[in-house]
Amino acid sequence: MVTVILGSALDIVEYCGVPRFLYSDFPLGNPCGKPGYRDMQLAIVRQALSMVHGIDQPRATWRAPFTWSENDAWRAAYARVDDSNRDALQRKGEQRRRQQADARAAGQRRAPMID
Amino acid sequence: MADSDISYMERTRQYYRAQGYTDDYRWAHFESVPFTRPVKALDQSRVTVVTTAMPGDAASRSDREVTAVPVAPPPRRLYTDHLSWDKDNTHTRDIPSFLPLWQLAQLRDAGIIGSLAPRFYCVPTEYSQRTTIDTDAPEILALCRQDQADIALLVPL
Repeated sequence: MVTVILGSALDIVEYCGVPRFLYSDFPLGNPCGKPGYRDMQLAIVRQALSMVHGIDQPRATWRAPFTWSENDAWRAAYARVDDSNRDALQRKGEQRRRQQADARAAGQRRAPMID
Repeated sequence: MADSDISYMERTRQYYRAQGYTDDYRWAHFESVPFTRPVKALDQSRVTVVTTAMPGDAASRSDREVTAVPVAPPPRRLYTDHLSWDKDNTHTRDIPSFLPLWQLAQLRDAGIIGSLAPRFYCVPTEYSQRTTIDTDAPEILALCRQDQADIALLVPL
């Protein structure tokens, strides 16, 4: 099966090792283009498909030629940990461990994802 | 990797440690990467999509399994709340931003690709790499073959 990954977590996908990877430097969640930007979304998928015949060795990464915004503030926000949220994160973790224990006790085969 | 690219592995490691988790997650890593060359021209190829979003009904949320969903009619919504996309800076209400069925339909109509597979596939995000490799991936591949897909676009959220 010929595969192409479209994603925005460059380090995770490259660390894994995949045949073909089109990287969009966007916040996680919209690897096929910004919401509502149809021309961009079409161009990104077309670029991903051009990797099918355009790549002859695995671990190939191409970059989509788009920026998310002029303001780069979004880069610092994801999974931020600082003194303003450290206590809340600790409480969140405790709650999640209780939920995971309950899920296991209930026989759920797949662990709930950690948010 | 450019200086501006986010190190999600380190960010996630620190985020989980802040929640009190002591065993760092070990991301999947393969020294050898399989590579399949296309045998058909793109305009003769059938394309499908694999997503980590799930169908929007409650049953899918509580018991996540590989699910095949018809591409027509295109889904109006998919369930993504359980996934670790950037909920502070964007949203997933616009489906073509993460599930490219609209784009593939456009490319099919323009003769760029041969056809769209009749179904796309939802795969549960799974901490157990063993489950992904031994259970989910073979099931996805079997579905791709049932639908005679030549190319799969994998779009993780």
